[in-house]
Amino acid sequence: MEVPTGRLAVWWVLASEIVIFGGLLGAYIMHRIGHPAWANQAIHTNTWAGGFNTLVLLSSSLSAVLAHHAAEHGDGPKAARLLRITCLGGLTFLVVKAFEWTHEIELGYTITSNLFWSFYYTAAGLHAAHVIAGMVIMLIVARTAARNQELQRVENIGIYWHFVDLVWIFLFPLLYIAK
Amino acid sequence: MSAHAPSYYVKIWAILCGLLVVSIIGPMAGIRVVTLITAFGIAIVKAYLVAKNFMHLGIERRWVTYILLGMVAFMVVFFGGISPDVLRHKGTQWQKTYQEPAVTHEHETPTEGH
Repeated sequence: MEVPTGRLAVWWVLASEIVIFGGLLGAYIMHRIGHPAWANQAIHTNTWAGGFNTLVLLSSSLSAVLAHHAAEHGDGPKAARLLRITCLGGLTFLVVKAFEWTHEIELGYTITSNLFWSFYYTAAGLHAAHVIAGMVIMLIVARTAARNQELQRVENIGIYWHFVDLVWIFLFPLLYIAK
Repeated sequence: MSAHAPSYYVKIWAILCGLLVVSIIGPMAGIRVVTLITAFGIAIVKAYLVAKNFMHLGIERRWVTYILLGMVAFMVVFFGGISPDVLRHKGTQWQKTYQEPAVTHEHETPTEGH
């Protein structure tokens, strides 16, 4: 069985995303090991907010894979509903992040404060941009899926969304747990 | 390419949530090795579960996995090539003059610098 063109394209996108996020996180890890004093800054990130957001993304991944399952069984309207629920998860994630960042900026921890916070805002910001992109695409896919059209797209956006979840799985311990 | 029933995915999600709880509670012990295992070890397990079960890499064409692992290998090469320069504090012709501050874990006001 050949890999459908759309899905193949998604895999290639993700291969390039691995290099983008891998490069950023690799640079962060080597600097973090080299500068133990970054722990003085990392102590100020909110573990519970990060943990809650991890739960939200894991749950949204569940709804994305259930949407894929529904699409495979020809139930476009159900797949569309589940994709919109997934989007709601993305929105929740972004709202929590907005509150978190507002609080940190109010305390004076901005992207220019020092290298730890530069990495923090860059990595989390780049990830948030991917969440927003995923939500926009998902809403477009949900619109056609609701009419039982182009159901193969549900799987493609699902794969992308799981990758976004996967990146956060590594960002969470790096930015929130390693104090 | 959805190989499982919805209940299977819910079970995987429940396992992932359980692992999330462990990864938060584990580091509270304050033991470095426990933190490494519970935070980063479990992150790898969670990533594996998501990739295999939600992204269906377990039943995808094998070469797709190889492409993705190839990219990860590039990152390992990148890390191996760059990190000695970042982590080293002096070479044969140079040394870093920057003084690393002590780890205090106390509330600090942000300062310019590394």
